Amino acid sequence: MQTFDLSKSSLRELNATLHAQKASTNQTAWEIANPRGHHAIAVGLDAPIEVTVKGSTGYYCAGMNKQATVVVKGSAGPGVAENMMSGTVIVEGDASQYAGATGNGGLLVIKGNASSRCGISMKGIDIVVYGNIGHMSAFMAQSGNLVVLGDAGDALGDSLYEARLFVRGSVKSLGADCIEKEMRPEHLEILRELIERSGAPARPEEFKRYGSARRLYNFHIDNASAY
Amino acid sequence: MKDEKKAAQIPQTTPRQSWTFSNEMNSEIRRAAATGIYDIRGGGSKRKVPHFDDLLFLGASISRYPLEGYRERCDTKVVLGTRFAKKPIELDIPITIAGMSFGSLSGPAKEALGRGATLAGTSTTTGDGGMTEEERGHSNKLVYQYLPSRYGMNPDDLRRADAIEVVVGQGAKPGGGGMLLGQKISDRVAKMRNLPKGIDQRSACRHPDWTGPDDLEIKILELREITNWEKPIYVKIGGARPYYDTTLAVKAGADVVVLDGMQGGTAATQDVFIEHVGQPTLACLPQAVKALQDLGMHRKVQLIISGGIRSGADVAKALALGADVASVGTAALIALGDNDPHLEDEYRALGTTAGAYDDWHEGKCPAGITTQDPELMARLDPMAAGRRLANYLKVMTLEAQTIARACGKNHVHNLEPEDLCALTIEAAAMAGVPLTGTSWIPGRGGF
Repeated sequence: MQTFDLSKSSLRELNATLHAQKASTNQTAWEIANPRGHHAIAVGLDAPIEVTVKGSTGYYCAGMNKQATVVVKGSAGPGVAENMMSGTVIVEGDASQYAGATGNGGLLVIKGNASSRCGISMKGIDIVVYGNIGHMSAFMAQSGNLVVLGDAGDALGDSLYEARLFVRGSVKSLGADCIEKEMRPEHLEILRELIERSGAPARPEEFKRYGSARRLYNFHIDNASAY
Repeated sequence: MKDEKKAAQIPQTTPRQSWTFSNEMNSEIRRAAATGIYDIRGGGSKRKVPHFDDLLFLGASISRYPLEGYRERCDTKVVLGTRFAKKPIELDIPITIAGMSFGSLSGPAKEALGRGATLAGTSTTTGDGGMTEEERGHSNKLVYQYLPSRYGMNPDDLRRADAIEVVVGQGAKPGGGGMLLGQKISDRVAKMRNLPKGIDQRSACRHPDWTGPDDLEIKILELREITNWEKPIYVKIGGARPYYDTTLAVKAGADVVVLDGMQGGTAATQDVFIEHVGQPTLACLPQAVKALQDLGMHRKVQLIISGGIRSGADVAKALALGADVASVGTAALIALGDNDPHLEDEYRALGTTAGAYDDWHEGKCPAGITTQDPELMARLDPMAAGRRLANYLKVMTLEAQTIARACGKNHVHNLEPEDLCALTIEAAAMAGVPLTGTSWIPGRGGF
């Protein structure tokens, strides 16, 4: 286990050190002490390493992650795992706005609640939230899966494309062009696999599925009031 | 019979068209009534606004002596990103190619832009849709746009870019996003953007994971950390509130500010947006320069100006007003072959005429530039088109040098407002230079 203390070394040194790890590195386990809400911790990683952040982080922790597993032993500020490509990011506490924004791949697990715009513009990432998510989540979400064990706030899935949304609790309101959809066997299988990977305490049968009605895919003046 | 004869002898008033309800305006009313949708088009503002044409250089005189054309050196090199980046960009000429997306433009067009820019010793820029191999491969210096949609955004392309341009706005539509209509969503475009083929692709008007200048500062920190602080970070703004937007971009940590006036083009947006939102380039530039000067950052944070740049004279005037670089988009497309009169028959078949074609979003471009149709795309030879672009960029550079020498400057950056006068009161007020024949700068006193 390599330990990096952010009260003694700089953010630049931390990220440069983590970036220097190659796919074949034998220094696979890293611990970051005293994060103290620093922004941009462990961003742009591209190696199969495991990074544990012992505390809460500021903006964009694990941004654009590839391959790495990043565990935040606290809460995460805005944009955790934004634009993630692959790998896994786990937040033990809550996550602020835009969690997993524009993510292309990988798995983001939030064991607490996520704030507004969780999964905004997601492009293939899988997101599992044990708690609730805030308003405008999955806005313009393109692809991937968002699984919410708790409740969803207002305007879930507004202007949604092909992303799949699974919510176990209540949905305060659905956004434009987002509708409840039939839960078919293939969706239960997706849920089962995501629940297993994320360790979420839930069963696939407990969820409802939401997706795009695809009415707004091509502009028509008679739909203008939907926007 | 007598009355009829008398009436025929009364002089008639010539039928008078309304200025308010012009033929053009009436045709738009009829089009809107027939279709139920606003007019979408490409390009920038077509209305006549105060521009660089309204400025003149004074040239040398007894009190200023010129440099010898073709003999005495007049440098044009520019370095961008000297504030924080470990690897600033060095350009041979003070002209760059503005951001234009693969998707709105064809693959061969993007390749041609890269080839032309490289031959001329300058940079080109990606757009909303990600970085293509042909563009990266043929661009010696490539600026990678970081846009609200994040289509195609990935850390590998960030690292193989030469600079990163965080796009906040653009001159054609400050405050607006974009729409790539389904007609142009080919298999390749759809794959790069991770969306189904054939649907209208909305590009968001603001970034999904930051809001405001304080967040932008943190976003720039993240991008620098991901790219090892090597890449210059540009921030592109539309011509909305250039003084404050420039100030905030600098505060957020930009190495370079890119300012795009309302004549700057877009792939597609509403005509009402293009013509009625934003300010002319001439009005914006001095405001941005003043912001930099007030911060003590002029020439430390470089300023790129775009929006209606067409000639070396435009470039020279922009530099004289305080820009470091002028950037071309629409003019570059024309150099590639867009709207060329030799295609007039085909433009007429599309209901338009060469020079006026702006339905770029429909993907039917006869020149093979603003299309994803394989047959149309094949019309553009990227090598020949790239050569034309390089020629054009070099001509503009020579023109700017000619003017700079005439003003006694051994570097185009030594041009200054003192070298200029304005033909109109409006241009004098906007540019902050005297009205020609007077020492009067409106708003600043003088004769």
